[in-house]
Amino acid sequence: MSELNELYQQLILEHNKSPRNFKELEHFTNDADGYNPLCGDHYHIWVKLDGDIISDIGFKGSGCAISKSSASMMTAAVKGTTIANAKELFEKFHSVIMTKIGDDIPEEKIKELGSLGALAGVREFPARIKCASLAWHAMNAALINPKQAVSTEQ
Amino acid sequence: MSELETQIAFDVTTLRKDFPILSTMVHGKPLVYLDNAATTQKPNAVLDIQNIYYREQNANIHRGVHHLSEVATFEYEKARGKVKNFINAADNKEVIFTKGTTDSINLVAQSFGKTFLSAGDEVIISAMEHHSNIVPWQMICEERNAILRIIPMNDDGELVIEEFEKLLSPKTKIVSVVFVSNSLGTINPVKQIIELAHRNGSTVLIDGAQAVAHIPVDVRALDCDFFAFSGHKIFGPTGIGVLYGKAALLDQMKPYQGGGDMIRSVTFEKTTYNDLPYKFEAGTPNIVGGIGLGAAIDYVNIIGLNAISSYEHELLEYGTEILNHVSGLRLIGTAKLKASILSFVLENAHPHDIGTILDREGIAIRTGHHCTQPVMKRFGIPATARASISFYNTKEELDALVRGIAKVSEIFG
Repeated sequence: MSELNELYQQLILEHNKSPRNFKELEHFTNDADGYNPLCGDHYHIWVKLDGDIISDIGFKGSGCAISKSSASMMTAAVKGTTIANAKELFEKFHSVIMTKIGDDIPEEKIKELGSLGALAGVREFPARIKCASLAWHAMNAALINPKQAVSTEQ
Repeated sequence: MSELETQIAFDVTTLRKDFPILSTMVHGKPLVYLDNAATTQKPNAVLDIQNIYYREQNANIHRGVHHLSEVATFEYEKARGKVKNFINAADNKEVIFTKGTTDSINLVAQSFGKTFLSAGDEVIISAMEHHSNIVPWQMICEERNAILRIIPMNDDGELVIEEFEKLLSPKTKIVSVVFVSNSLGTINPVKQIIELAHRNGSTVLIDGAQAVAHIPVDVRALDCDFFAFSGHKIFGPTGIGVLYGKAALLDQMKPYQGGGDMIRSVTFEKTTYNDLPYKFEAGTPNIVGGIGLGAAIDYVNIIGLNAISSYEHELLEYGTEILNHVSGLRLIGTAKLKASILSFVLENAHPHDIGTILDREGIAIRTGHHCTQPVMKRFGIPATARASISFYNTKEELDALVRGIAKVSEIFG
């Protein structure tokens, strides 16, 4: 049960139950769809850019606890930051959840992620990694190339 | 048969020993395999015959004059005969080996479509089809400028036959419907559907993928024109399937794929095609798959589909009852006639989370849209958790499923 507890930490369950920024933005500059055709998880992400600052971000849609909490924590983490910072965070997050089972993750790498570090346990569940990264791919698509659907199946 | 007689006739403990995988452990727990609608496990009889084939009989079929080629051809064609008897086809030439149900349906959509479908013609499918009985028809309809019509279903997941009757018209060239729904478990009244379609002069394909391992099928009693199923859903290997078709229809249809084995003579000017069933079997087939499917059919015949069907019905009723007692759980698919499938959603947990938590208990179920996105849309849900049973499952395993769901509720509240 330990890996399960690691995966479904209180923080994740709480974000799943009460996701942050779970709303459609009235005023936005960029948006994108995130869709996993294999499982049907589907989110839409709206971003409001002021120069290179993400001044607001919201998401709506449906999916599992992992994808929803990841989206929620992501929006909380990138709101008010720069595009460059958001992309850097994605890279750090991605490298943590993609770390092979059994390989050590340096503690500071998890600490750098703040509350998103709670999702590090997902790497023990290879079938669920795509859940954790879905919203991030959607945000990336919104930032780079607005109003385009992104798929986890490339 | 009384319940007691069923139990005596149906010794599930002994039968389970025929399936080596059923005694394995997953995450340190005994495997509870409830994903039989996705694929079934394989008995020793099927595993052994494939080994014997590759060790002692392997050769290419139909062409060689040497001993092994004759043996391989004999075994492969013997398997075709077993399929013929199993579904009560009139002749071996009506049994075409394919890669699986999807391949069988694509064969009919392309070959029947190119032969018989014209602009403005209509194809009828149902609201509960697997994507494999939707997309091939969309593709050919687009190509031939034909129109796809859909039989609706009610809130229990039953087809509305009166609506089907209204859809039938002189334009209806073919009706293609599923026998047993893979996401809802509904057993459709295919005999009635076939009769209504035939009265209208329309051809009928039955997708039997989820039916063959659970209920006896007699294609001549049904009078369907085509019947498709997969070997791996009836305890056989993957990569082998069957298309049954009435010879008179198959004879008129254009070949699906060109290549070796499907020809009589080839010149650069003109090729003449082989007789049935070989006209539709281009290239070296899945020989060991066919032989494995034959062994699976022999195995099922020994137990008997009537015994399987009545035991599974008892399991399904038991599972339905105990799941209905789980608070916050809603069964999706509550048709009066059902087989094998227990699809459900929980109030507080998404199906993928249910699947992960059950997996850690050693319980294998399927979560997602089950390749039936229109069904999910019809019920207004993104996905379901689906437990699907086979004759080797037990009431104890269904109890384990309910205990696993209780763990989900512990975590998700």
